[in-house]
Amino acid sequence: MIDFAEPRELAAYVLLALGLAFDLLGCIGLVRLPDVYNRLQAGTKCVTLGTFLLLLGVVVRFGFGAMGWKALLCIWFIAMTSPTAAHAIARAAHRSGVPLAERSVLDRYREDGEARDGAASGPAGHAGATP
Amino acid sequence: MSPLEMLMAGLLVAAALCLFRAWRGPTPADRTVSVDLLGILMVGFCALLTVQTGKDLYMIVGLAWSLLSFVGSLTLAKHLEGRRFDD
Repeated sequence: MIDFAEPRELAAYVLLALGLAFDLLGCIGLVRLPDVYNRLQAGTKCVTLGTFLLLLGVVVRFGFGAMGWKALLCIWFIAMTSPTAAHAIARAAHRSGVPLAERSVLDRYREDGEARDGAASGPAGHAGATP
Repeated sequence: MSPLEMLMAGLLVAAALCLFRAWRGPTPADRTVSVDLLGILMVGFCALLTVQTGKDLYMIVGLAWSLLSFVGSLTLAKHLEGRRFDD
């Protein structure tokens, strides 16, 4: 049913297989990494790239017909929405007090928040040590 | 199994890993991340179904699913942050 001698089919299936590999790696990262933020990182990057490649496989397989244009539109939607959703989830996780992994060395978002709160609360705040 | 069915089986394994994280996730944020990823995986599954059947219908399902998954993720994130839905 699949004619691997035809270069177009072969390219489409190579793209589909690469996309599946990225999806699987992203989900393995989702299971194995120690922290919400690390999991979000692995999941968003790998799964977005994996689904991009799957949809590009559809474009290569069917050409720029009805299905190809819909697949390109789907790529556009995912490229716009997935980073936004990841940003909202990360901010919500940090603000709801989910702790970082014990191996983490830096929390810039918390430091920025403390500086901002100290500046907002005036010289009586704990960040009011400036002369 | 044809090669396409093998690809579908691999994507189902990935979805099972996502569901494992949604089941075990120690915090609600983990479950939100997992549900978000599951939505994007299902868009990829719709792409595979399009290649298998050659029908236009599944790509439309994928389009609608990507947008609905985005709205669901934003709603869960706002709920997680403890804010009301109208601010």
